[in-house]
Amino acid sequence: MTAWPVEGSVSGPPRYGALVAALSGIVVAALGVSIVVGYAPIDLGEAIADALAGRPSLDALVLIELRLPRALIGALVGFSLGLAGAAMQGLLRNPLADAGVIGVSGAAAFGAVMAFYSGLSASFGLALPIGGVLGAGAAVAALYALAGRGPATMTLILAGVAINSLAGALTALALNLSPNPYAAMEVMFWLMGSLADRSMTHVQLAAPLLAAGWLMILASGPALDALTLGEDTATSLGFDMSRVRGLLIVGTALAVGASVAVAGAIGFVGLVAPHLLRPLVGGRPGRLLLVSGLGGAALVLAADIGVRLVGVRPELKLGVVTALIGAPFFLSLLWRLRREA
Amino acid sequence: MEIAAENLTVLIGGRPRVDHVSLTLRPGRLVGLIGPNGAGKTTLFRALAGLRPPDEGVVRYDGRSLAELGRRTLARKLAYLEQSSEGHWPLRADHVVALGRLPHRRFGRAALPGDAEAVERAIEAADAQGFRDRPIDGLSGGERARILLARAFAVEGEWLLADEPVAALDPFHQLGVMERLAEAARRGMGVVVVLHDLTLASRFCDRLVLMADGRVIGDGAPAEVLTDAAAAAAYGVRLARAEADGEPLVAPWRRIDPTERER
Repeated sequence: MTAWPVEGSVSGPPRYGALVAALSGIVVAALGVSIVVGYAPIDLGEAIADALAGRPSLDALVLIELRLPRALIGALVGFSLGLAGAAMQGLLRNPLADAGVIGVSGAAAFGAVMAFYSGLSASFGLALPIGGVLGAGAAVAALYALAGRGPATMTLILAGVAINSLAGALTALALNLSPNPYAAMEVMFWLMGSLADRSMTHVQLAAPLLAAGWLMILASGPALDALTLGEDTATSLGFDMSRVRGLLIVGTALAVGASVAVAGAIGFVGLVAPHLLRPLVGGRPGRLLLVSGLGGAALVLAADIGVRLVGVRPELKLGVVTALIGAPFFLSLLWRLRREA
Repeated sequence: MEIAAENLTVLIGGRPRVDHVSLTLRPGRLVGLIGPNGAGKTTLFRALAGLRPPDEGVVRYDGRSLAELGRRTLARKLAYLEQSSEGHWPLRADHVVALGRLPHRRFGRAALPGDAEAVERAIEAADAQGFRDRPIDGLSGGERARILLARAFAVEGEWLLADEPVAALDPFHQLGVMERLAEAARRGMGVVVVLHDLTLASRFCDRLVLMADGRVIGDGAPAEVLTDAAAAAAYGVRLARAEADGEPLVAPWRRIDPTERER
C-alpha cells in the first residue's frame, strides 16, 4: 500500500505495518463473529458444507442469503465511512469534519427517499441504491459548482452545510407530502440505517463503486500529509491541490453515496474511527486513511453484532446505536477543542 | 536554474498588488526582498513560487514556464517557506521535516535511502536537533519556525524562497538562521528571503530588492538600495548608520512626520 515518511527512528506509536495487520485481524475476526451470530440457530459447519456443495438446505440459505451479505455490507460500509471520515478531516484539516459535513450523506439519503416516495423501489429493487448514488452524485456536482475552482477550504465547508440543509429540507418535504403513511414509515426506518435484510445483490451493486472511491482516496495520502502545512506549502511540494480536492470529493461521494444507498444513514463512524486511531499513526493524515477504514469496519461490525446480541425487538437500528454513541462523543470532542482554543 | 519574472502583475480584489515587476534571480546569492507592509512582497513570492498564476506577465525557470516545467519538477527544485504555516495535526517535528522529501517520492514508493540523511542534514542546518521528537503543536513559536525552516531545507532544491523566516526568532537564532542562509547561498543555492529587519537585511544579503506599492523601487547591493531617500520613500523612516566590527550597520531610527514626507 502507500508507504511514506521516514521509517527507522519511530518510537512510541506502534509501527505502521503492525498496526494495519492488527486492525485487519480484528476486522476478520469481527466478520467471523458476525456470521456466527444471528437469530436463526444454524449449524455453521453444515451450512458451509452445503453451500459449497450447492445443496439448498435451510442452513445454507440462511448463511448465504442473510448472514454473509449482512457481514460483508457491514465491513464494506464501515470501511468506507471510516476512510471517508479520515479523508474529509485531512482535506478540511478539521477533526470535526465527517463525510456528512460536505453534504454527501444527506443528499444520498434524499436520493434513496425519492426512490421510495416515487414508488420506484416497489416496482424494482435496485431503484433505492441507484437513487442513493444519484443523490450523492448530485451533491458532488453542486459542490464542484460552488467550490470546485480552487478556493479555500472554508468555501467547501459552507457549501457542504448548505447542501446538507437543502437535502434535509427536501427529505422532510417528501415525508410531509407522502400520501401513504406506510411509505413514510418505511422512509423513516430507512433513514435510521441498518444492515438487516440485505442481499448479495446489494453487495454486488455497491462493491465496485466503493472500491473506486477507496482507490481515489488512498491515492491522495501523500497529498494529505503535505496539506498538514497548509495549501500553499502542499502546492509548493508538487501537489496540484484542485486535483487532490477533486479526487477526494469524488472518492468520498462514491464511498459514502453507495454506503448510504445499501445501509441507510449510519452516522458518526467517520468521526469516531479517525479520532480514536490518530494517535496511533503519530497524527499523520496519509497513514490514518487505511487505518481509519479498518477501524470503521470493525466499529460497524461490532455495533451490528451488539444490535443482534441485545435481542431487543423490534431490532435496534444500527444508525440509532451509532448516533447514541457518536453524538455524545462528538460533544465531548467539541468541548475539548473549545477548551483548548 | 535562473528565475525570471517578466512584467509580472498580480491583481488582488481587482487592484494590482504586484504591478509590472520584472526581476531576474540567479543562484549563489542571498537576495533580500524588503518593503513596508502591503508592498506586495508575499504576493510576488507566491507568484515566483508558482502558487498564484499572474494576471499579466510570466515567470520563467531557465526560460521555461511552470506549465512546461511541471509542478512536480519545480517542487524538487524550489522550496517555499510560508510566512506563517501552522501544523494542523500533532505531528512529530521530524515527521514534519520529512514532508520536505515528498517531491522526491514516486507514487506508492517507499522512502528513498537518501531521505533519512537529507532530513538529518536539514534538522542540523536549522539547529533543531533539541526538539526533533516533540509534537509540533507543543513547540514554542521559535522552535516551530526552525522546524518549518528545516522542512524547507529538506527539499534540498536549488532554490529556497523563505517568507520572513526570522520574524519569530530570538536574536541568537535570527543571526544563526541568517548565517546559515548566507552559507547556503555561498554553496551555490539560490536563496530569497523576505525581511523586515533592515539591520539583518543590509548586513547579510548580497542583493536587496526594495518594493513599495507593488513596484520594485530599488534593486542592487544593500548600500545602493538602502539610501536615506529610499528609506524615506518606502518606509517613511530615517536610518541611523554606524559601524560595527568594520561592517556598516543600518537601523531604522526615527519616523518621518507624514506632513513633511510630501517632498
